[in-house]
Amino acid sequence: MKKFAIVLLLAIAATSLSVAQDIKIGGIGPVTGEAATFGVSTKNGMTLAVEEWNAKGGVFGGRKVKLIFEDDKGDPAESATVYTKLIQQDGVVAIVGTVMSKCTLAGAPICQAAGIPMITPASTNEKVTQVGDYIYRACFIDPFQGTVGATFAFKNLNVKSAAAIFDLGNDYTKGLAENFKLTFEKLGGKVVAYEGYPTGVTDFKAQLTKIVAAKPEVLYIPDYYNDVGLIAKQARELGFKGPMVGGDGWDSPDLVKIGGKAVENGYFTNHYSPDDTRPAVQDFVKKYTAKFGQKPDALAAQAYDAMYIMLDAIKRAGSTKGTVIRDALAKTNIDVVSGNIKFDANRNPIKAAVIIEIKDGKQVYKATVKP
Amino acid sequence: MTRFKTPKLLITAAVVYGVIQALYSLGIINGYILHIINQSLIYVILAASLNLINGITGQFSLGHMGFAGIGAYVSGTLTTLIFKLNPSIPGSYLLFIVAILAGGLVAALVGFLIGFPSLRLKGDYLAIVTLGFGEIIRTVFNNIEYVGGPRGLLGIPKFSNFTVIFIVTFLSVAVIRNIIQSPHGRAMLSIRENELASELVGINTTRYKVLSFATGAFFAGIAGGLFAHLLQLAHPTQFGFSKSVEILIMIYAGGVGSLTGSIVAAFALTFLSEGLRLGIRALADATGLPIGGEWRMVIYALLLIFIMLFRNEGLMGTKESKVILIEEAD
Repeated sequence: MKKFAIVLLLAIAATSLSVAQDIKIGGIGPVTGEAATFGVSTKNGMTLAVEEWNAKGGVFGGRKVKLIFEDDKGDPAESATVYTKLIQQDGVVAIVGTVMSKCTLAGAPICQAAGIPMITPASTNEKVTQVGDYIYRACFIDPFQGTVGATFAFKNLNVKSAAAIFDLGNDYTKGLAENFKLTFEKLGGKVVAYEGYPTGVTDFKAQLTKIVAAKPEVLYIPDYYNDVGLIAKQARELGFKGPMVGGDGWDSPDLVKIGGKAVENGYFTNHYSPDDTRPAVQDFVKKYTAKFGQKPDALAAQAYDAMYIMLDAIKRAGSTKGTVIRDALAKTNIDVVSGNIKFDANRNPIKAAVIIEIKDGKQVYKATVKP
Repeated sequence: MTRFKTPKLLITAAVVYGVIQALYSLGIINGYILHIINQSLIYVILAASLNLINGITGQFSLGHMGFAGIGAYVSGTLTTLIFKLNPSIPGSYLLFIVAILAGGLVAALVGFLIGFPSLRLKGDYLAIVTLGFGEIIRTVFNNIEYVGGPRGLLGIPKFSNFTVIFIVTFLSVAVIRNIIQSPHGRAMLSIRENELASELVGINTTRYKVLSFATGAFFAGIAGGLFAHLLQLAHPTQFGFSKSVEILIMIYAGGVGSLTGSIVAAFALTFLSEGLRLGIRALADATGLPIGGEWRMVIYALLLIFIMLFRNEGLMGTKESKVILIEEAD
């Protein structure tokens, strides 16, 4: 009888041991190649999130997380290999990755076919989540920023007329401009000028002269920082004095170098700001800086958030089964660094964006805007 | 052409195919290994076809992936946007083959158009022209909205499975081998050895250079088509200069002028790149050293330098395996 009890105890111990197995999560980012800084921030963000969860005692039933991080070099072919490796070789239960849209698009069909839930921290291409019901994203999609920019201009800057100038040959800037116009007019404002320019030009005076003549109160410039700097300068030269608004393409120290004083009184939508005073943000910035010796950028925050969203879903699922995690992801409602996250029917997050102001040549946190 | 006997290559290929398929169905090799094998096979086509241009004919092309890009985009456009194929319908594989062939033919046509003027000249002109061509192709894909522009051609159906890739690779290698070991191939070889001398013995050097270039482009286009239907997308950045250099490395590491070398190097380098991933992970786990995946490419590059230092003729030199060589029939 005693022997039997010992065997029983051993059996229980054995099963509890096997239950306490680590939960394997795949992480992917381009730590080498042209987007290496994105990859390193991504890896750091994920690592920090996993450490925090493990310090708290794991995800569920005392099961800790084992992060298996792989490099995709920012190359779709490499990305497809890495996704296959994590699923087939390592047997991960979910994947957080990857950064560049073209790489995520090479990996998403693999996850969808294998029934492995995945969440991309930073791929903004709309098509990513359209691959299937296992594919989520933690960042907002491109057009969303236009909506937020318009809401901010109308409600926070309190202007009633606006103009937009955009690159005709670039999906990103076109998408932002279109959505800005749509939302601004829906709110009751008036878009008095709406001008496109071909990719690669450096002289925007033809379009800007028209815009300035229409006397808008705000100018929307949803391009990357190098063009924005030039446009801002030329707009000021032509006598435009009002505020300017843009998207996350502005997020570069070079914006002020190119635009100088012209980009003052400029605002742009971004995923997160390290100066945000919310405790979640400050706590994250403190821990990240202590561990990695530098301030976290938007990619680090997004990767950290994406990992939190995934682990939270696994915790609520209480299971490592793909279908159960997928269904739990759909019911996500969690407060993370970039704000409260819920998912819409297309598996894109419904979340707030932060507005950053250019003040005395520095980026200053201005506000958080909900769509 | 009747004196060519293919059975040796065919039998070897059939055995290799059977073994891999058996190991996969027994679960000894998983989907990850099979994926690397698939990629290696596509690289075999790319390396073998570039070897025909650079190794056999002695020209220097720097834009080989540009032709793969043409193949990828043409076949991808056909299967995705025009035929709107779905792999679950059995007959669709026929149209897929048509699309892949169309990709190869368009690539060959472009190769002919580029090669015809530049190959009439002697010297490094081809290298410069192909370098420019590779960049132009990338820019063209970037600016055609119909095929996705800078976002790439997405949602390509997954037709490239192990069987398809294996058969196409086998056929490509067999054809390239037959060309090399035919009188045409001898003519190409003579151009590599001495262009002036081969002209003097009556070889139309321009004709053979263009022929080799267009044939190489054709197979690169085929490989590009397979790649697009394996990854399920075609993106302009996949076909740039740095990718062409990867193929160049393969033929130099394998041995310029050796078809066997191209096959060996395509497999060895693809598996090495993935093997280092696992190796570095194992080393880091065992020793606790803070070495991450980013060291993989450093070691990979070092190994390549060592190959070139200690075996600068490449792994195979100009030697061919017995399987590749054709025996004269009685």
